[in-house]
Amino acid sequence: MSPFSWNLVADVREMWSIPLLLNAFRAGTVIAVVAAIVGWFMVLRRQSFAGHTLALVGFPGAAAAVWLGIGIAVGYYSACIAAALVIALLPAAGRRGYREESSVIGTVQAFALACGTLFVSLYKGLLGGPTALLFGTFLGISSTQVVTLVIVGSAVVAITAVIARPLVFSSIDPDVAAAGGVPVRTLDVIFLVVLGATAAEASQITGSLLVFALLLLPAATAQRLTARPGPGIALAIAIALVTIWSALFIAVYSVYPIGFWLTTIAFGFYVLASVAAALRNARRSVPTRIAAGALPAAGGVR
Amino acid sequence: MTPAAVTAATVSAATSPALGDIFTDPFMRYAFIAGTAVALAAGLVGYFLVLRAQIFTADALSHVAFTGALAALAAGLDLRLGLFAVTIVVALAMGVLGPRARPDDVVIGGVFAWILGLGVFFLTLYTTHRSGGANGQAGVSVLFGSIFGLSAAETWLSAAVGVIVCAAILIMARPLLFASLDEAVATARGVAVRSLGYGFLVLVAVTTAEATQVVGALLILGLLAAPAGAAMRITTRPLEALAISAGIAVASVWIGLTASYLLPDVPPSFAILAVATLAYAGSYAGGRRVATA
Repeated sequence: MSPFSWNLVADVREMWSIPLLLNAFRAGTVIAVVAAIVGWFMVLRRQSFAGHTLALVGFPGAAAAVWLGIGIAVGYYSACIAAALVIALLPAAGRRGYREESSVIGTVQAFALACGTLFVSLYKGLLGGPTALLFGTFLGISSTQVVTLVIVGSAVVAITAVIARPLVFSSIDPDVAAAGGVPVRTLDVIFLVVLGATAAEASQITGSLLVFALLLLPAATAQRLTARPGPGIALAIAIALVTIWSALFIAVYSVYPIGFWLTTIAFGFYVLASVAAALRNARRSVPTRIAAGALPAAGGVR
Repeated sequence: MTPAAVTAATVSAATSPALGDIFTDPFMRYAFIAGTAVALAAGLVGYFLVLRAQIFTADALSHVAFTGALAALAAGLDLRLGLFAVTIVVALAMGVLGPRARPDDVVIGGVFAWILGLGVFFLTLYTTHRSGGANGQAGVSVLFGSIFGLSAAETWLSAAVGVIVCAAILIMARPLLFASLDEAVATARGVAVRSLGYGFLVLVAVTTAEATQVVGALLILGLLAAPAGAAMRITTRPLEALAISAGIAVASVWIGLTASYLLPDVPPSFAILAVATLAYAGSYAGGRRVATA
């Protein structure tokens, strides 16, 4: 492949002529859309810690899959979705007890990572150690993997679309929603499973540790700028797409891994949006974004 | 089996570790000393973390510790300098960003995602630009700990830091408990809630930085969350819970280290975390149901 030139169109055309890189762009596009949509709800529900944990559980899943010689994607999906069910079902009573929930999540996360170290040490031939599983790689995404990403991604988006209205309601005011006949608890479980599947998708390109680059940061950036669901989700998707495309483009020419570029670009957008929101609020002195303290945290944790 | 393999098998059977010899190797003694100090600190700090619902903060700080260690390595400095300096600075910064020194979950998530990204950057910088040594393993050992690789000096430093953290948390315990349980009333009674919040964040940072060498940046969360979560299920009385939490943490480290010594294939960090997780799971089965708010 030829070195970087300022003719960006020619650069992109050359990248896309290589199947490996074309697959990376395809996978990245699918992941960005799915992660931005689900991430918007995750930020609204303040479940970032759960999202982070579900993603990390993907690491032992993938490590075990490598050790057993089955596909990495299988490992990611099964581990993340199983962990979502554990977190959703374990603290069955005392749902509002944040303390309880956060120590459950923390323990699940640390134990999962510990299992990951066990599998990595059992399978001694992991090339370059667990770094690629933890911090992401854009190499080695196969065409079948892209198809799986599309299928699971469509299912996730479809489920989210179906439950979107009651989910927003129950996220903003769970007590009123429950009184109004919304099945809050069922929605909690469904959303955690959706979040698990999304984390598994995103992990395949960002690595387990850096999913927030696509899952949290674009959605958080969008919510800084607008509180309305429709435009907010659209904005989150746009930011996620720009982030993944530019990160992939830079990573192809750079020695530094894609995880660094992804997080840096996404965080840059977030900081810009925070500054813009602060300036706007200072001028109008009317809160236009969802203030952190104004929402009753729905099943979320600090 | 080839003759060589047979010989290797016999040799490994002959030198298979026996429980009686556990303290003959200095590395095992160092592991127990440093591990106990870290566990005591983590058990006590963890109780307040769970009480204040700040587990996610500790999680973020442990990821920051990874970046701090690798930044120091990439710059050619002592790893511990980066660990302590970076975690303490970030802990204070998170306090400034959040209301009453308690940062919001989106802010925490956003900041630590980027900081982890920076960690990967330093890891690449370190592995590609600094030659010699086991550079490829640096990232892995920071993430998952290297308790069997501690030197005498590192051990005593860990022990000293652990004792200081325990003393500080016990001195702060009463006002911190008050401020954590009822912030408004504590403020009205003249408790310095904000300074306590910052002081506590610094203690969390020091504990995480110290524990990074022992159980690793990614796994310290288990030692902070699991014993404290179990203790809170067993009792509602704060002082009892503090003691139980520290006790479970220390027991996890001791049992974990012993298990890992007897079964060399099992990494020590895994064994320690497995015991702590079992203790938490056991508290669900055996502990009395504690009403949560």
